Amino acid sequence: MSTPFYVSPQQAMADRAEYARKGIARGRSLVVLQFADGIVFVGENPSRALHKFSEIYDRIGFAAAGKYNEYENLRIGGVRYADLRGYTYDRDDVTARGLANVYAQTLGTIFSSAAEKPYEVELVVAEVGETPEGDQIYRLPHDGSIVDEHGSVAVGGNAEQISSYLDQRHREGMTLAEALKLAVQALSRDTNGSEREIPAERLEVAVLDRTRPQQRKFRRIVGRQLSRLLAGDGTGAESEAEAEGDSEDSAGSSGGAGGSEDEK
Amino acid sequence: MDFLSQHQPEMLPGKRQLPPVQGVIEAPHGTTIVAATFPGGVVLAGDRRATMGNVIAQRDIEKVFPADEYSAVGIAGTAGLAVEMVKLFQLELEHFEKVEGAQLSLEGKANRLSTMIRSNLAMAMQGLAVVPLFAGYDVDREKGRIFSYDVTGGRSEESGFAATGSGSIFARGAMKKLYSENLNEQQATTLVVQALYDAADDDSATGGPDVARRIYPIVTVITEEGFRRLTDEESSEIARSILERRLEQPDGPRAALL
Repeated sequence: MSTPFYVSPQQAMADRAEYARKGIARGRSLVVLQFADGIVFVGENPSRALHKFSEIYDRIGFAAAGKYNEYENLRIGGVRYADLRGYTYDRDDVTARGLANVYAQTLGTIFSSAAEKPYEVELVVAEVGETPEGDQIYRLPHDGSIVDEHGSVAVGGNAEQISSYLDQRHREGMTLAEALKLAVQALSRDTNGSEREIPAERLEVAVLDRTRPQQRKFRRIVGRQLSRLLAGDGTGAESEAEAEGDSEDSAGSSGGAGGSEDEK
Repeated sequence: MDFLSQHQPEMLPGKRQLPPVQGVIEAPHGTTIVAATFPGGVVLAGDRRATMGNVIAQRDIEKVFPADEYSAVGIAGTAGLAVEMVKLFQLELEHFEKVEGAQLSLEGKANRLSTMIRSNLAMAMQGLAVVPLFAGYDVDREKGRIFSYDVTGGRSEESGFAATGSGSIFARGAMKKLYSENLNEQQATTLVVQALYDAADDDSATGGPDVARRIYPIVTVITEEGFRRLTDEESSEIARSILERRLEQPDGPRAALL
């Protein structure tokens, strides 16, 4: 007869954390940055159909690194939570803080329940405010804790290195083109310090743009607009991007529920 | 909606227990909605009156709403239930779009609205009917389309123009004489305001343009560019120019006899 093997709770938790961290580290990193007109999400993603970033609600965006099926599950849960909240009360009553709390509860419960394997995901929930001071960015690691971030945040495989790179270079009031270029620079740095090129087709970029007239502030940046922003020398590209944004915005200007996720 | 019906069924219209009632329930009713297609899009417009019996319950009610970027819904019938139905409909389209990453087809949206009207059948039997008009730009077929409904949720696609609500017979009559297939956007908006004027002329529950209070019909246009609601200035300009002409010809423009 064999005696049951004793594992101390500390050891069990440390093992689970290790497992989750390894899973997340296998995923590609992504960064979330504040810029003058909102919040930009940038990540390397070879797939066009499976998104790392998505819209949760009017002002709230979602970014995730790690295992696709697990974060997709959480994303749909978040959309449901937000839509139900907004329908029951009012659109203004859906906040990133509330959503982050729900995610933290879910992740925390799964992490500490012995029956399930911990989720191998790290999430970012961001809400764009009326002013840059009103912006909120929350990072949710695999264990269900919440970290309130300012300025820039990186999650995924190489997160620590990237976020220290960003912390040194990110400043307030950057234009979209500047923020985007900084993000791409940060993402192109390898673990060993060398740089590699990430082509525009492999980038997934989305913004929460507070200047957008629609209620829904989430917008994906794809195709020509993205390459222009990356190529341009800052100001020129920015104004062009705005011009394009305007023509596209006129589409649903007074449409309260207008604004689609895949506009182009 | 499927999620809602499992999670919080009491939030859905049509899932509530109704007390037995005798007679007619007095609740504000919205009246006339009209729509017309033109090459490249569709216009949807509504008057601003809500009535409760013979009383005007509200002068400036809004009865035309964007459903999503490429469609709009105008409501006639019990205002409270209709507004809730539209809110749920908007939510559902947005929810689908966010979860699936793609918009529903126009056909799909129209079918969804049909189911929602049907779920209100019990209320409709007690006199609290909701009869919307749904218009949208079909991105695949590249044209504007109109769907009308009856109280039981029966859906039919209309070609050219359609109207719903108490003043709809008069509005439809007016549009029949004025409509042609090659109107431009501006002519189409004038057409629907003319039709609303004629409806208000003969139906006491439909409100005409209120010049003194500056209350004008809501006119929305949906094209390839998406949903757009005419500003108050634009719709007042249309209404005023019509009013001007009607001072000379109270019955409006004349169609040819043969």
